[in-house]
Amino acid sequence: MANPQNTAAVSQRSAKTEAAAAGSMGTIAPIAGWLVPGLGHFIQRRWIRGLLLMLAVFVMFFAGLGMQGKVYQFNTGDLLDILGFIGDLGAGLLYFIARAMDLGGGNIHRAVADYGTKYIVVAGLLNVIAAVDAHHIAIGKKP
Amino acid sequence: MTFELSHYNAALLFALCASTVFGITQRTTPRDMFRYGSYCFVVFAVGVIVASWLMWAIKH
Repeated sequence: MANPQNTAAVSQRSAKTEAAAAGSMGTIAPIAGWLVPGLGHFIQRRWIRGLLLMLAVFVMFFAGLGMQGKVYQFNTGDLLDILGFIGDLGAGLLYFIARAMDLGGGNIHRAVADYGTKYIVVAGLLNVIAAVDAHHIAIGKKP
Repeated sequence: MTFELSHYNAALLFALCASTVFGITQRTTPRDMFRYGSYCFVVFAVGVIVASWLMWAIKH
């Protein structure tokens, strides 16, 4: 027959283990989701949500580059340029890869290039929302 | 590689991607996600048309 004290101790230990796992996932998931769009959901087995988020962010980012949008670099000049840099940075590794490959030079002669610039910024902002969602799933705030 | 889109198609693509993320992140059940995403998409698409007519009216 099971000792009630032992059962209580075991359930307390398993609750602590689960809380610790949720705590570490609460940190890892948003960082992974920020670096690679959708990864924060993938590591929590939310395959379809992760795939749709990844597609949405990738399509926006690469469509923005295709429209010859501008990828902002770190600056301390105009406020809108600073905010553009912060928005772009939200895309995680996509931003760093684009910068490393010298993509996103912008083109002031094309009206659609300005759309492209906004696409790239919004791709980063949407990715931040997705990363926060991954955090909410990890801490159990959302199923 | 360059990507040619009309202004309205660019706005629709924007609406589609943003609505997808809004739907998934702002609701909890798949059914609600789809409904909210669809709602956002319609608001974006109709909003673009309304805004463009407003601009036309201001100009004339």
